[in-house]
Amino acid sequence: MGLFQRSPVGGGIVVNHIWFLFMVVGIVYAAWHGQIGVVTQAAVTAAESAVALAFKLIGVMCLWLGLMKIAERAGMIRLFSVIIGPVVRMLFPSIPRNHPALGNIILTLSANLLGLGNAATPFGIKAMQQLQQLNSKPDVATEAMCTLLALCTTGFTLIPATMIALRSAAGSAAPADIVGVTVITSLVATFAALTADFVCRLLLTRGRR
Amino acid sequence: MHILSEQFSVWAIPGLIFIILVVGVVRRVPVYEAFVEGAADGFQTAIRIMPYLIAMMVSINIFRFSGAFEACVNVIQPFLRHVGIPTDLVPLAIMRSLSGSGSLGIVSELFHTYGPDSLVGRIASTILASTDTTFYVLTVYFGAVGIRNARYAPLVGLCGDAAGFITSIYLCRLLFE
Repeated sequence: MGLFQRSPVGGGIVVNHIWFLFMVVGIVYAAWHGQIGVVTQAAVTAAESAVALAFKLIGVMCLWLGLMKIAERAGMIRLFSVIIGPVVRMLFPSIPRNHPALGNIILTLSANLLGLGNAATPFGIKAMQQLQQLNSKPDVATEAMCTLLALCTTGFTLIPATMIALRSAAGSAAPADIVGVTVITSLVATFAALTADFVCRLLLTRGRR
Repeated sequence: MHILSEQFSVWAIPGLIFIILVVGVVRRVPVYEAFVEGAADGFQTAIRIMPYLIAMMVSINIFRFSGAFEACVNVIQPFLRHVGIPTDLVPLAIMRSLSGSGSLGIVSELFHTYGPDSLVGRIASTILASTDTTFYVLTVYFGAVGIRNARYAPLVGLCGDAAGFITSIYLCRLLFE
Protein backbone atom coordinates (compact mmCIF):
# COMPACT_ATOMS: atom_id res chain seq x y z
CA MET A 1 0.00 0.00 0.00
CA GLY A 2 1.93 2.99 -1.26
CA LEU A 3 1.43 6.44 0.15
CA PHE A 4 0.50 7.85 -3.21
CA GLN A 5 -1.70 5.05 -4.37
CA ARG A 6 -4.70 6.41 -6.20
CA SER A 7 -8.02 5.88 -4.53
CA PRO A 8 -10.64 3.82 -6.38
CA VAL A 9 -12.89 6.89 -6.52
CA GLY A 10 -10.43 8.39 -8.97
CA GLY A 11 -8.20 10.61 -6.87
CA GLY A 12 -10.70 11.49 -4.18
CA ILE A 13 -9.69 12.38 -0.64
CA VAL A 14 -7.67 9.59 0.93
CA VAL A 15 -6.63 9.57 4.56
CA ASN A 16 -3.07 8.82 3.46
CA HIS A 17 -2.87 12.07 1.53
CA ILE A 18 -4.41 14.17 4.27
CA TRP A 19 -2.10 12.66 6.85
CA PHE A 20 0.99 13.26 4.73
CA LEU A 21 -0.12 16.80 3.87
CA PHE A 22 -0.73 17.80 7.49
CA MET A 23 2.66 16.45 8.58
CA VAL A 24 4.71 17.98 5.77
CA VAL A 25 2.91 21.33 5.63
CA GLY A 26 3.16 21.63 9.42
CA ILE A 27 6.88 20.86 9.53
CA VAL A 28 7.75 23.08 6.56
CA TYR A 29 5.63 25.95 7.88
CA ALA A 30 7.23 25.75 11.32
CA ALA A 31 10.72 25.63 9.80
CA TRP A 32 9.96 28.61 7.55
CA HIS A 33 8.86 30.66 10.53
CA GLY A 34 11.86 29.65 12.58
CA GLN A 35 10.00 27.71 15.22
CA ILE A 36 10.82 24.12 14.36
CA GLY A 37 10.97 23.23 18.06
CA VAL A 38 7.20 23.52 18.23
CA VAL A 39 6.88 20.45 16.01
CA THR A 40 8.71 18.21 18.47
CA GLN A 41 6.54 19.35 21.33
CA ALA A 42 3.33 18.98 19.29
CA ALA A 43 4.23 15.49 18.07
CA VAL A 44 5.22 14.12 21.47
CA THR A 45 2.24 15.64 23.28
CA ALA A 46 -0.17 14.26 20.68
CA ALA A 47 1.32 10.77 20.83
CA GLU A 48 1.00 10.76 24.59
CA SER A 49 -2.56 12.03 24.65
CA ALA A 50 -3.56 9.51 21.97
CA VAL A 51 -2.46 6.72 24.28
CA ALA A 52 -4.31 8.34 27.20
CA LEU A 53 -7.42 8.52 25.01
CA ALA A 54 -7.14 4.88 23.96
CA PHE A 55 -6.78 3.83 27.60
CA LYS A 56 -9.83 5.85 28.55
CA LEU A 57 -11.63 4.08 25.73
CA ILE A 58 -10.74 0.67 27.19
CA GLY A 59 -12.94 1.22 30.22
CA VAL A 60 -15.93 2.49 28.27
CA MET A 61 -15.56 -0.21 25.63
CA CYS A 62 -15.39 -2.98 28.22
CA LEU A 63 -18.38 -1.64 30.14
CA TRP A 64 -20.68 -1.37 27.13
CA LEU A 65 -19.52 -4.46 25.31
CA GLY A 66 -20.02 -6.41 28.55
CA LEU A 67 -23.56 -5.12 28.95
CA MET A 68 -24.20 -5.73 25.28
CA LYS A 69 -23.20 -9.37 25.63
CA ILE A 70 -25.92 -9.75 28.23
CA ALA A 71 -28.43 -8.00 25.98
CA GLU A 72 -27.38 -10.17 23.06
CA ARG A 73 -27.73 -13.43 25.00
CA ALA A 74 -31.12 -12.30 26.26
CA GLY A 75 -32.25 -11.76 22.67
CA MET A 76 -32.77 -8.02 23.16
CA ILE A 77 -30.67 -6.95 20.20
CA ARG A 78 -32.53 -9.27 17.86
CA LEU A 79 -35.83 -7.88 19.11
CA PHE A 80 -34.55 -4.37 18.62
CA SER A 81 -33.55 -4.96 15.01
CA VAL A 82 -36.89 -6.58 14.21
CA ILE A 83 -38.66 -3.40 15.37
CA ILE A 84 -36.52 -0.64 13.84
CA GLY A 85 -34.84 -2.86 11.25
CA PRO A 86 -36.78 -1.87 8.11
CA VAL A 87 -35.53 1.75 8.17
CA VAL A 88 -31.93 0.73 8.73
CA ARG A 89 -32.14 -1.98 6.07
CA MET A 90 -33.18 0.67 3.59
CA LEU A 91 -29.99 2.62 4.34
CA PHE A 92 -27.83 -0.50 4.17
CA PRO A 93 -29.05 -2.51 1.19
CA SER A 94 -25.85 -4.58 1.10
CA ILE A 95 -26.30 -6.10 4.58
CA PRO A 96 -28.17 -9.41 4.52
CA ARG A 97 -31.45 -9.69 6.44
CA ASN A 98 -31.10 -10.63 10.11
CA HIS A 99 -27.36 -10.01 10.09
CA PRO A 100 -26.18 -9.12 13.62
CA ALA A 101 -24.55 -5.90 12.37
CA LEU A 102 -28.02 -4.37 11.91
CA GLY A 103 -28.73 -4.61 15.64
CA ASN A 104 -25.52 -2.83 16.56
CA ILE A 105 -26.03 -0.15 13.92
CA ILE A 106 -29.43 0.56 15.46
CA LEU A 107 -27.90 0.73 18.94
CA THR A 108 -25.22 3.21 17.79
CA LEU A 109 -27.80 5.42 16.19
CA SER A 110 -30.05 5.29 19.27
CA ALA A 111 -27.15 6.14 21.59
CA ASN A 112 -26.21 9.07 19.38
CA LEU A 113 -29.81 10.19 19.21
CA LEU A 114 -30.03 10.33 22.98
CA GLY A 115 -26.72 12.16 23.24
CA LEU A 116 -24.97 9.25 24.95
CA GLY A 117 -21.80 9.80 22.98
CA ASN A 118 -19.54 7.37 24.81
CA ALA A 119 -22.03 4.53 24.56
CA ALA A 120 -22.36 5.04 20.80
CA THR A 121 -18.69 4.36 20.06
CA PRO A 122 -18.53 0.73 21.31
CA PHE A 123 -21.73 -0.21 19.46
CA GLY A 124 -20.44 1.47 16.31
CA ILE A 125 -17.13 -0.36 16.52
CA LYS A 126 -18.91 -3.66 17.09
CA ALA A 127 -21.06 -2.97 14.01
CA MET A 128 -17.91 -2.20 11.99
CA GLN A 129 -16.36 -5.49 13.09
CA GLN A 130 -19.44 -7.36 11.96
CA LEU A 131 -19.46 -5.49 8.65
CA GLN A 132 -15.81 -6.45 8.25
CA GLN A 133 -16.87 -10.11 8.21
CA LEU A 134 -18.87 -9.35 5.05
CA ASN A 135 -15.90 -7.58 3.47
CA SER A 136 -13.97 -9.38 0.75
CA LYS A 137 -11.07 -6.86 0.76
CA PRO A 138 -10.26 -6.46 4.45
CA ASP A 139 -8.26 -3.23 4.20
CA VAL A 140 -10.69 -1.39 1.91
CA ALA A 141 -13.91 0.09 3.32
CA THR A 142 -17.16 -1.38 1.99
CA GLU A 143 -20.17 0.69 0.96
CA ALA A 144 -22.05 -0.26 4.12
CA MET A 145 -19.06 0.87 6.22
CA CYS A 146 -19.00 4.25 4.49
CA THR A 147 -22.73 4.69 5.12
CA LEU A 148 -22.30 3.80 8.79
CA LEU A 149 -19.46 6.29 9.05
CA ALA A 150 -21.58 8.96 7.38
CA LEU A 151 -24.21 8.42 10.07
CA CYS A 152 -21.66 8.41 12.89
CA THR A 153 -19.64 11.46 11.85
CA THR A 154 -22.76 13.57 11.67
CA GLY A 155 -23.99 11.95 14.89
CA PHE A 156 -27.66 12.87 14.77
CA THR A 157 -28.49 14.22 18.24
CA LEU A 158 -31.86 14.75 19.85
CA ILE A 159 -30.67 15.89 23.27
CA PRO A 160 -27.35 17.73 23.25
CA ALA A 161 -26.80 17.15 26.97
CA THR A 162 -23.06 17.92 26.96
CA MET A 163 -23.58 21.23 25.19
CA ILE A 164 -26.34 22.28 27.57
CA ALA A 165 -24.06 21.56 30.52
CA LEU A 166 -21.23 23.49 28.89
CA ARG A 167 -23.39 26.53 28.21
CA SER A 168 -24.73 26.38 31.71
CA ALA A 169 -21.19 26.35 33.09
CA ALA A 170 -20.28 29.35 30.94
CA GLY A 171 -23.04 31.36 32.65
CA SER A 172 -25.75 31.16 29.99
CA ALA A 173 -29.17 32.49 30.99
CA ALA A 174 -30.89 30.01 28.66
CA PRO A 175 -28.56 27.03 28.17
CA ALA A 176 -31.18 24.84 26.49
CA ASP A 177 -32.51 27.26 23.89
CA ILE A 178 -30.18 25.89 21.23
CA VAL A 179 -31.87 22.47 21.37
CA GLY A 180 -34.35 23.17 18.57
CA VAL A 181 -31.70 24.62 16.28
CA THR A 182 -29.34 21.75 17.08
CA VAL A 183 -31.92 19.10 16.21
CA ILE A 184 -32.71 20.70 12.86
CA THR A 185 -29.04 21.33 12.10
CA SER A 186 -27.97 17.79 12.83
CA LEU A 187 -30.90 16.48 10.78
CA VAL A 188 -29.73 18.58 7.84
CA ALA A 189 -26.10 17.47 8.36
CA THR A 190 -27.11 13.80 8.51
CA PHE A 191 -29.27 14.15 5.43
CA ALA A 192 -26.44 15.91 3.55
CA ALA A 193 -23.95 13.19 4.50
CA LEU A 194 -26.34 10.43 3.47
CA THR A 195 -26.97 12.17 0.15
CA ALA A 196 -23.22 12.55 -0.44
CA ASP A 197 -22.80 8.89 0.46
CA PHE A 198 -25.52 7.88 -1.99
CA VAL A 199 -24.01 9.96 -4.80
CA CYS A 200 -20.51 8.59 -4.17
CA ARG A 201 -21.84 5.04 -4.14
CA LEU A 202 -23.65 5.59 -7.45
CA LEU A 203 -20.62 7.18 -9.12
CA LEU A 204 -18.37 4.44 -7.85
CA THR A 205 -20.43 1.50 -9.04
CA ARG A 206 -20.90 3.17 -12.40
CA GLY A 207 -17.16 3.74 -12.73
CA ARG A 208 -16.47 0.09 -12.01
CA ARG A 209 -18.75 -1.35 -14.66
CA MET B 1 -36.87 21.74 28.73
CA HIS B 2 -33.56 22.28 30.48
CA ILE B 3 -34.65 20.39 33.62
CA LEU B 4 -36.21 17.66 31.52
CA SER B 5 -33.17 17.01 29.38
CA GLU B 6 -30.89 17.22 32.40
CA GLN B 7 -33.01 14.64 34.22
CA PHE B 8 -33.04 12.47 31.14
CA SER B 9 -29.28 12.40 30.84
CA VAL B 10 -28.96 11.54 34.54
CA TRP B 11 -31.40 8.62 34.28
CA ALA B 12 -30.64 7.28 30.80
CA ILE B 13 -27.51 5.24 31.55
CA PRO B 14 -28.55 3.76 34.93
CA GLY B 15 -31.96 2.97 33.43
CA LEU B 16 -30.44 1.22 30.44
CA ILE B 17 -28.09 -0.84 32.64
CA PHE B 18 -30.99 -1.77 34.91
CA ILE B 19 -33.21 -2.91 32.04
CA ILE B 20 -30.44 -4.98 30.43
CA LEU B 21 -29.69 -6.72 33.74
CA VAL B 22 -33.32 -7.45 34.58
CA VAL B 23 -34.16 -8.78 31.12
CA GLY B 24 -30.96 -10.82 31.20
CA VAL B 25 -31.86 -12.45 34.50
CA VAL B 26 -35.45 -13.08 33.39
CA ARG B 27 -34.18 -14.76 30.22
CA ARG B 28 -31.83 -16.88 32.36
CA VAL B 29 -28.59 -15.40 31.04
CA PRO B 30 -25.62 -15.89 33.41
CA VAL B 31 -25.21 -12.11 33.62
CA TYR B 32 -21.83 -11.91 35.31
CA GLU B 33 -20.17 -14.41 32.98
CA ALA B 34 -21.73 -12.80 29.93
CA PHE B 35 -20.51 -9.36 31.01
CA VAL B 36 -16.95 -10.55 31.50
CA GLU B 37 -16.99 -12.37 28.17
CA GLY B 38 -18.15 -9.26 26.34
CA ALA B 39 -15.81 -6.95 28.22
CA ALA B 40 -12.75 -8.97 27.24
CA ASP B 41 -13.42 -7.85 23.70
CA GLY B 42 -13.26 -4.16 24.66
CA PHE B 43 -9.65 -4.29 25.74
CA GLN B 44 -8.37 -5.71 22.46
CA THR B 45 -10.41 -3.28 20.40
CA ALA B 46 -9.15 -0.23 22.27
CA ILE B 47 -5.55 -1.43 21.94
CA ARG B 48 -5.98 -2.06 18.22
CA ILE B 49 -7.14 1.53 17.74
CA MET B 50 -4.11 3.04 19.44
CA PRO B 51 -1.62 3.21 16.53
CA TYR B 52 -4.24 4.79 14.27
CA LEU B 53 -5.13 7.29 16.95
CA ILE B 54 -1.47 8.21 17.50
CA ALA B 55 -0.86 8.67 13.77
CA MET B 56 -3.89 10.89 13.32
CA MET B 57 -3.44 13.00 16.42
CA VAL B 58 0.28 13.60 15.82
CA SER B 59 -0.39 14.79 12.29
CA ILE B 60 -3.24 17.10 13.30
CA ASN B 61 -1.27 18.49 16.24
CA ILE B 62 1.79 19.27 14.12
CA PHE B 63 -0.44 21.03 11.61
CA ARG B 64 -2.20 22.96 14.34
CA PHE B 65 0.70 24.14 16.47
CA SER B 66 3.15 24.87 13.65
CA GLY B 67 1.01 27.88 12.79
CA ALA B 68 -0.09 26.33 9.49
CA PHE B 69 -3.65 25.99 10.79
CA GLU B 70 -3.85 29.70 11.57
CA ALA B 71 -2.38 30.54 8.17
CA CYS B 72 -5.13 28.47 6.53
CA VAL B 73 -7.75 30.25 8.58
CA ASN B 74 -6.33 33.62 7.51
CA VAL B 75 -6.48 32.63 3.85
CA ILE B 76 -10.07 31.39 4.02
CA GLN B 77 -11.43 34.14 6.27
CA PRO B 78 -11.86 36.93 3.68
CA PHE B 79 -13.86 34.64 1.38
CA LEU B 80 -16.19 33.53 4.11
CA ARG B 81 -16.61 37.06 5.45
CA HIS B 82 -17.78 37.98 1.98
CA VAL B 83 -20.63 35.48 2.25
CA GLY B 84 -21.62 36.88 5.63
CA ILE B 85 -20.04 34.29 7.91
CA PRO B 86 -18.75 35.82 11.17
CA THR B 87 -14.95 35.85 11.04
CA ASP B 88 -14.53 34.41 14.53
CA LEU B 89 -16.33 31.21 13.57
CA VAL B 90 -13.91 30.29 10.79
CA PRO B 91 -11.35 28.55 13.08
CA LEU B 92 -14.18 26.50 14.60
CA ALA B 93 -15.48 25.51 11.18
CA ILE B 94 -12.13 24.02 10.23
CA MET B 95 -11.21 22.63 13.65
CA ARG B 96 -14.55 20.87 14.17
CA SER B 97 -13.78 17.98 11.83
CA LEU B 98 -10.15 17.68 12.97
CA SER B 99 -10.04 17.75 16.75
CA GLY B 100 -12.69 17.48 19.45
CA SER B 101 -10.60 19.05 22.20
CA GLY B 102 -9.40 21.72 19.79
CA SER B 103 -12.91 22.78 18.82
CA LEU B 104 -14.05 22.65 22.43
CA GLY B 105 -11.21 25.06 23.25
CA ILE B 106 -12.29 27.44 20.49
CA VAL B 107 -15.90 27.39 21.69
CA SER B 108 -14.96 28.17 25.28
CA GLU B 109 -12.83 31.03 24.01
CA LEU B 110 -15.80 32.36 22.02
CA PHE B 111 -17.98 32.01 25.12
CA HIS B 112 -15.41 33.97 27.06
CA THR B 113 -15.20 36.76 24.49
CA TYR B 114 -18.84 37.07 23.41
CA GLY B 115 -20.82 35.19 26.06
CA PRO B 116 -22.76 31.96 25.49
CA ASP B 117 -26.01 33.80 24.74
CA SER B 118 -24.56 36.03 22.00
CA LEU B 119 -25.21 35.20 18.36
CA VAL B 120 -21.67 33.91 17.88
CA GLY B 121 -21.94 31.90 21.12
CA ARG B 122 -25.17 30.31 19.98
CA ILE B 123 -23.90 29.45 16.53
CA ALA B 124 -20.76 27.96 18.08
CA SER B 125 -22.87 25.88 20.50
CA THR B 126 -25.02 24.58 17.67
CA ILE B 127 -22.03 23.63 15.53
CA LEU B 128 -20.34 21.80 18.40
CA ALA B 129 -23.52 19.94 19.36
CA SER B 130 -24.79 18.98 15.93
CA THR B 131 -21.72 17.48 14.25
CA ASP B 132 -18.99 15.09 15.34
CA THR B 133 -15.22 15.12 14.87
CA THR B 134 -15.10 13.46 11.47
CA PHE B 135 -11.42 12.49 11.49
CA TYR B 136 -11.57 11.07 15.01
CA VAL B 137 -14.60 8.93 14.19
CA LEU B 138 -12.96 7.83 10.96
CA THR B 139 -9.74 6.88 12.75
CA VAL B 140 -11.41 4.99 15.59
CA TYR B 141 -14.03 3.11 13.58
CA PHE B 142 -11.87 2.15 10.63
CA GLY B 143 -8.81 1.61 12.82
CA ALA B 144 -10.69 -0.92 14.91
CA VAL B 145 -11.13 -3.20 11.90
CA GLY B 146 -7.88 -2.38 10.13
CA ILE B 147 -9.34 -0.47 7.18
CA ARG B 148 -6.56 1.49 5.46
CA ASN B 149 -8.38 2.67 2.37
CA ALA B 150 -11.31 4.77 3.57
CA ARG B 151 -12.45 5.48 -0.01
CA TYR B 152 -15.02 8.27 -0.14
CA ALA B 153 -15.87 8.21 3.58
CA PRO B 154 -13.83 11.34 4.53
CA LEU B 155 -15.48 13.31 1.74
CA VAL B 156 -18.94 12.25 2.90
CA GLY B 157 -18.16 13.22 6.51
CA LEU B 158 -16.86 16.63 5.46
CA CYS B 159 -19.99 17.24 3.37
CA GLY B 160 -22.05 16.62 6.50
CA ASP B 161 -19.86 18.99 8.52
CA ALA B 162 -20.13 21.74 5.93
CA ALA B 163 -23.91 21.35 5.76
CA GLY B 164 -24.14 21.53 9.55
CA PHE B 165 -21.96 24.63 9.67
CA ILE B 166 -23.99 26.53 7.07
CA THR B 167 -27.33 25.45 8.54
CA SER B 168 -26.41 26.50 12.08
CA ILE B 169 -25.36 29.96 10.95
CA TYR B 170 -28.48 30.40 8.87
CA LEU B 171 -30.88 29.16 11.55
CA CYS B 172 -29.26 31.06 14.44
CA ARG B 173 -29.33 34.26 12.39
CA LEU B 174 -32.99 33.65 11.62
CA LEU B 175 -34.00 32.93 15.21
CA PHE B 176 -31.65 34.80 17.49
CA GLU B 177 -30.45 37.88 15.61
